[in-house]
Amino acid sequence: MTTARDTVLGRVRDALALAPTPATVVPRAYRTGRVLPDAERLALFTDRLLDYKAEVHPCTADRTAQVVAEVLRDRGARRIGVPTGLDPRWVDAYDGEVCPDSADIPAPELDALDAVVTASAAGCAETGTIFLDGSPDQGRRALSLVPDLHLCVVDLSAVEAGVPEALARLVPERPTTLISGPSATSDIELERVEGVHGPRTLVVVIRTDR
Amino acid sequence: MSTFLGMPARPPRSPYGTGNLRGDEAFPRAAHHELGNGQLRRNLGRATTTIRAKRLDVTGELPDWEALRDAGSAIKTDAMNRLPELLEQLEHKVTEHGGTVHWARDSAEANEIVARLVKATGSSEVIKVKSMATQEIGLNEHLESVGITPYETDLAELIVQLAHDRPSHILVPAIHRNRDEIRQIFLDRIPGVDPELDNVPAHLAAAARAYLRQKFMTTKVAVSGANFGIAETGTLSVVESEGNGRMCLTLPDTLITVMGIEKVLPRYQDLEVFLQLLPRSSTGERMNPYTSLWTGVTPGDGPQGFHLVLLDNGRTAALADAIGRAALNCIRCSACLNVCPVYERTGGHAYGSTYPGPIGAVLTPQLAGMHAAADDPNSSLPYASSLCGACFDACPVKIDIPSLLVELRHQHTEQTGTTPEKLAMKAAATVMKRPALYRGAQKAAGLGRAVAGRDGTISRLPPPFSGWSDSRDTAAPPRQTFRAWFASDEGRAALRAAADEHDRGRTREEPDRSQDESDRSRAEDHRNHGEDGTA
Ligand code: SF4
Repeated sequence: MTTARDTVLGRVRDALALAPTPATVVPRAYRTGRVLPDAERLALFTDRLLDYKAEVHPCTADRTAQVVAEVLRDRGARRIGVPTGLDPRWVDAYDGEVCPDSADIPAPELDALDAVVTASAAGCAETGTIFLDGSPDQGRRALSLVPDLHLCVVDLSAVEAGVPEALARLVPERPTTLISGPSATSDIELERVEGVHGPRTLVVVIRTDR
Repeated sequence: MSTFLGMPARPPRSPYGTGNLRGDEAFPRAAHHELGNGQLRRNLGRATTTIRAKRLDVTGELPDWEALRDAGSAIKTDAMNRLPELLEQLEHKVTEHGGTVHWARDSAEANEIVARLVKATGSSEVIKVKSMATQEIGLNEHLESVGITPYETDLAELIVQLAHDRPSHILVPAIHRNRDEIRQIFLDRIPGVDPELDNVPAHLAAAARAYLRQKFMTTKVAVSGANFGIAETGTLSVVESEGNGRMCLTLPDTLITVMGIEKVLPRYQDLEVFLQLLPRSSTGERMNPYTSLWTGVTPGDGPQGFHLVLLDNGRTAALADAIGRAALNCIRCSACLNVCPVYERTGGHAYGSTYPGPIGAVLTPQLAGMHAAADDPNSSLPYASSLCGACFDACPVKIDIPSLLVELRHQHTEQTGTTPEKLAMKAAATVMKRPALYRGAQKAAGLGRAVAGRDGTISRLPPPFSGWSDSRDTAAPPRQTFRAWFASDEGRAALRAAADEHDRGRTREEPDRSQDESDRSRAEDHRNHGEDGTA
């Protein structure tokens, strides 16, 4: 018996035989390998994040804990989730409850968290995008998704100018999430509403000396 | 292995009468109902204008936009050329990472596979990420018929589902609804919704959030489509805004992804092109809020069961057409819809297919075929265009939609031997060749005013002109023929006045200005005519 697989692949081969076309060379004349000075990358990244209604806090690395604690206090977050591999010093100054994540915590329990603090794998200045790749300091995907406030710590040194440069930093096989601003919809009369199903607030702490 | 016996066989179209690739009535008739809907036209007009402006802003921002389009177009063409090897590579990589790959010849087979996979999990509910492929195969209807309830989780898709409606735009499926209608739909259909709910979009979105959150937390199976599938690594990707995609792709135990075989890209690196082209062309954003990339299953993170259903359903038939296969390069950004003057007036429903607008007019007949029957809805689609070329300019992967439409018109004429326009023109030619008949016909045409409606247009003409009037309203002919007017006192007086004016203009030597003015009034005429022709 012919399987669907054989049939479909056979049809694809037949189709190509019926309409053969010459091999194509892909022209890649678009911009790649761009390098921008720190100040420009920071300015561009910040501008784009603000444009997406994210909140941005540039700071030096040694002030990470203070800034994280301030943001969480201002937002009234009492219980926060953190990935197991997060640098514990980042939440040192926070006086609420810190709940380390683990794979067997069911999603509804994540829903009870006020916020989540994660690191990030890379950033893209031109589009205001943050890349999470599930590394131990970023945690599993559900953790950065369910709580209503996502505080993400980004090192400026990992922020690239454009999309090609940022994607080159990723490991393809890792579960990867690209985040550009908080969740949003424009489905009702094209009026933009922030916060549908993902976190309604995105706070980005950019460590400028790393 | 497929046995190769001499001549390659022409692959079949999507089977007639299945899925959502054919409307109930031909485009002109369907468009007629939609044109009467003032609300639809206002919403569409506003929406398409807004997205259009945003798109121009953000594409203009990139100095290498054209280079990206060239690369995008070439990558897709290259992928089509190497489809067999890429599909096998994708299958291999997905399997290697713990996923299971299924192949579906058509919509019925894909539906059965998904239903079987859902049943095997013991769940009678699935949450769904908005997906053109599952809409195309009519998956929701099939799941319901076997006792599985599908929940759409994209806000617009949810609105459409709750209202038992059909999507009218690729990107904003509920673009034809306004906030008051949406409020009413929520009040009527969402169990336990606050009866005080008002029509503020943020409040409506919050109501949907509350309703769906419960579903996200408890449903064990999700069904999604895919924007891209990377052969090199087995990585699948979903591009979205609301986070409902992330919820579905992350929280359930089992994920089933239905992907058309044309969505495969050769390399991971190719994403650098499409992640720039797609959001900017589609919503006019530099980047959409969320993009998810996943490869098979990841222990401890996300669904532990992953199934990829690779769908043909007429795609190989399109691939077998040297000209038409370019339509398979489409990345469903919807830019061509938003610039199309025909779409802007008729909306998506008139196309009768999951794929509306200019690309739908090409892709739908490619996938599902045009039938010889004069009233086959798909044979009318290639004519649902003014061929103005705006779609070609807008398309991020440079699909020459107008040329494809002309090619399909050609194929359709070959297939049926004639078109309504051809018949009407032939009748006209016969009459015009004989002066007596012509004069008679002109007088008779004057009677056209009597059959025209109060708005001065004729929407139904008797055969052989019915083919013409079926697809457009015709302005009622003038009361008098030109010949009659020329011979009348009124005509003579007007001509004399015009001649005098001309002479005076000459003596004052301002020929440019009068030229200008007549140009402007001619342009004015043109515009009015255009309105009549399309509206
Ligand atoms: S044909 Fe081009 S413009 Fe239209 S939806 Fe497809 S990719 Fe976008």
